[in-house]
Amino acid sequence: MFSRLPRMGAFLLFLLGVAGSFSACGEASDGNLPESRPVLHYFTWSDYVGPEIIRDFEQREHVKVVVDTFSSNEELLAKLQSGATGYDVAVPSDFMVAIMIQQGLLSELDHQEMPNASLLEPHLQTLHFDPERRYSVPYLWGTVGIGYDSAVILTPPDSWSILWDPRYKGRISMLNDQREVFGAVLRSLGKSMNNTDPMVIEAAKERLLRQKPLVKIYTSDHYDQLLASGEVVLAHGWGGPMARAMAERPSIRYVVPKEGATLWADCLVVLQTAPQKQLAMRFINFLMEPEIAARTSERLRFASASRQARERVNALTRENPAIYPPLDQLDRLEWMRDVGRAIRLYDRAWTELKMQ
Amino acid sequence: MPPRPLPSRFSSLPGWLAVPGLLWMSVFFLVPLGLVFAISFASRGTYGGIVWEFTPSNYLDLLHPLYGKILGQSMWYATVTTALCFVLGFPLAYVIARSPVRWQPLLLLLVMLPFWTNFLVRTYAWMILLRHDGLINRFLMALGVVDAPLELLYTPAAVVIGLVYGYLPFMVLPLYVAVERLDPLLVEAAWDLYASRWAVLTHVILPLTKPGIVGGCILVFIPSIGSFITPDLLGGARSMMIGNLIQHEYLVVRDWPLGSAVSFVLMAVVMTAVVLYYRSASRTDGPLEGR
Repeated sequence: MFSRLPRMGAFLLFLLGVAGSFSACGEASDGNLPESRPVLHYFTWSDYVGPEIIRDFEQREHVKVVVDTFSSNEELLAKLQSGATGYDVAVPSDFMVAIMIQQGLLSELDHQEMPNASLLEPHLQTLHFDPERRYSVPYLWGTVGIGYDSAVILTPPDSWSILWDPRYKGRISMLNDQREVFGAVLRSLGKSMNNTDPMVIEAAKERLLRQKPLVKIYTSDHYDQLLASGEVVLAHGWGGPMARAMAERPSIRYVVPKEGATLWADCLVVLQTAPQKQLAMRFINFLMEPEIAARTSERLRFASASRQARERVNALTRENPAIYPPLDQLDRLEWMRDVGRAIRLYDRAWTELKMQ
Repeated sequence: MPPRPLPSRFSSLPGWLAVPGLLWMSVFFLVPLGLVFAISFASRGTYGGIVWEFTPSNYLDLLHPLYGKILGQSMWYATVTTALCFVLGFPLAYVIARSPVRWQPLLLLLVMLPFWTNFLVRTYAWMILLRHDGLINRFLMALGVVDAPLELLYTPAAVVIGLVYGYLPFMVLPLYVAVERLDPLLVEAAWDLYASRWAVLTHVILPLTKPGIVGGCILVFIPSIGSFITPDLLGGARSMMIGNLIQHEYLVVRDWPLGSAVSFVLMAVVMTAVVLYYRSASRTDGPLEGR
């Protein structure tokens, strides 16, 4: 009986080993086996790329494009900071571009190589984090707002205060993102979402504590499904997923509250360590080509930064405020900026909110 | 001195064989651990880097009652999970260990089977089961047990369900080994001596399977206290466990120094708890232990 134990132990260990090997994550694969075609490595958000658009580029340039994905700006930064190399083009958001420039992770762009990258929407021409576009080209942009079910909420809301309405207790989802959640409250208090005053952040926290009993879930990834299935009737989040929810449940609407909200842009950058810098810039030029940009916009349900794409997308896309923010909203939108040391204030307040 | 059946040439082998494993452990476990310890005394740069100036401020920050509350809540979740795993796992392990020998590998395989799928995927599966229009609610409504769907998902109960589901096999396996070692004749002897059912359990079975119980409880308690996927996905991120705090500091705020300090405090607490538990468990060992 005892002599069987070691064998049984080995068997169990083997099973555990099998289990462990399944949880290992995929790394940037080389993918260029015995091929002679040049390979471009594109590092982007999951679900942020149209395969047919990639195929077009591969055929046009006789290259191979290897796509690898990340799920947050922080993950992107962490990977690059920990020494991941081999990526050519990446897609950080505005505030992360600022950090990546500071950290020397980006390569200077040659705008001669990419004429399409200058045909931008007027408000995206000069961005605070890279005014001359030396390192980045705005790619897709949009707002953060509230998605709601107009079959349940009959008077269209126009203010963040709808998220404090006790009638919708347990049917509200908020982003699981401390800066965005505090940003929304700060705007509703008439403050900047980049405020660093401890008293103001404290006041915002108090307001969020009052909201918490009404919140069903804090999530940044599947609020579109929750809205579409009717599990929540109010969702704080990015426009694109709201547009996806609308496609499944036509009574969903999207509003950018009158107090103001986040304006964001994801940008195309070439990394300092890119093996294929020329090809990378041709790729950026290709993605910003009006026709390609319009197709991207329709497919991903985010507004393209290309000025001509706005004219080319179908009316359904252009007239959907969740996808293309109406231009008269621009003056109440605000870029999220790095708040430096004040991040600990946000952090503490966020943790307190979660522990209440 | 017990007789040594092997020639000395062989008995010297094990020492050598340990070298690769020791190297592996020291390079891939001790060195990173030392780094984390060093980082826990540094501070965060403006852009999330590490500034190498010695400061105890990360640990001082953790004196805030808020962090004690997070730790307390995590320990509560881990304790409830461990207790439930034991209550569910012990009878299961007992039945498997007492079933016909040729069935045992298959039964153990069934216990292990969930490991063949990624934990994240299995957690998503629980979301499908527990949500408003999920299978459980539809089943209960079809049976007429409830009129309106129950709020199952995004509750503390959902977190406990997910944790128990995830870690039950870690309880069953050591218990199985312990029960399998338990000599049935000793249980029979207890019956013959007119011990009550309760006495058989508490005076014979439990003391003799104690090593398995201790092992199983430790194997369940430690990963549950540090879990972060389950409270996020099944708890709706409405609350934080210490694992969420560490993940948040490392990956979201990029405050590695604070994250490292939290990790070390967690390690210290878990180690103290395990040592105390181990001691109290071995002190009450029955006279039959180590026969």
